Amino acid sequence: MNAIRLASVFVGGALFGFGLALSTMVQPEVILAFLQWNNFGLLLVLGGAAGVTLLTYRFAPRLLARPLAGGQFNTHVSVMSRDTVIGAAIFGIGWGLSGVCPGPAVASIGVGNWPVLWAMAGMFAGAWIHGSLAKAE
Amino acid sequence: MNMATLFPDGWTQFLAGGLIMGTGVSLLFVMAGIIGGMSSVFTTTLSYVTRAPHFQQQKFVNARSWRLVLAAGLIAGAFAWRIWAAPADGIVTTVPWWRLLAGGVCIGYGARRAGGCTSGHGICGLASLQLPSLIAVLTFLATAMLIAQVAARMLAR
Repeated sequence: MNAIRLASVFVGGALFGFGLALSTMVQPEVILAFLQWNNFGLLLVLGGAAGVTLLTYRFAPRLLARPLAGGQFNTHVSVMSRDTVIGAAIFGIGWGLSGVCPGPAVASIGVGNWPVLWAMAGMFAGAWIHGSLAKAE
Repeated sequence: MNMATLFPDGWTQFLAGGLIMGTGVSLLFVMAGIIGGMSSVFTTTLSYVTRAPHFQQQKFVNARSWRLVLAAGLIAGAFAWRIWAAPADGIVTTVPWWRLLAGGVCIGYGARRAGGCTSGHGICGLASLQLPSLIAVLTFLATAMLIAQVAARMLAR
């Protein structure tokens, strides 16, 4: 990946991390309040982010032949399978227990919410368990 | 139901943060053609340290450096917010360590088995109008709400 693409990835990630912090998603208490139906702000975060992204995914490939920094436009293909449903159910158990998910866990380092490193360690362990049990495709 | 019930801490920070996040995800796509959430970084980073065949697949090895750059971007952006606007006493969660650790293990395993998390299925998958992603989102919302509400009743934090 060339330097311009890598720089774009960094800046895109920085906007994502800034938005996660601004929207208080780096505070597990806010996530847990949503899951307990005490604060529905998370729906505005998800809706706002997915809405902007939907427009971009729709229109960028019509207006541009290829990404501005090279390469090609990928498409997102989710697979409907037992793994998707069972994995999502297990993911939800962890999300409901901790109030953390992968994006906010990473961004938490930036805001100095250090106890979330426990969750980050768990995520590495969980991904390691998954990859060790899974067969390579 | 009124705004104060739905959003006791106000709503502008949520919408503004979500729009900025969407702008970041859009930038990844417009500049580099990338669609992707955050949970893959755990698998791709593990490819540096484990020889197990699942981790050594080309799609993970090829993506591991830029996915670390993406994670570094998240940290830098969150740090910029901290400099700009964080409260003086900082943000330190009071959720107990064992809930964070046990939850993290379920998140790491579940997100990789499901092929995405709140950003991969939630933002990128919904924005691509993928039915499997919608089903994944509804599934993890359901189990998360169940567990969070049961935990709040059963466990004294």
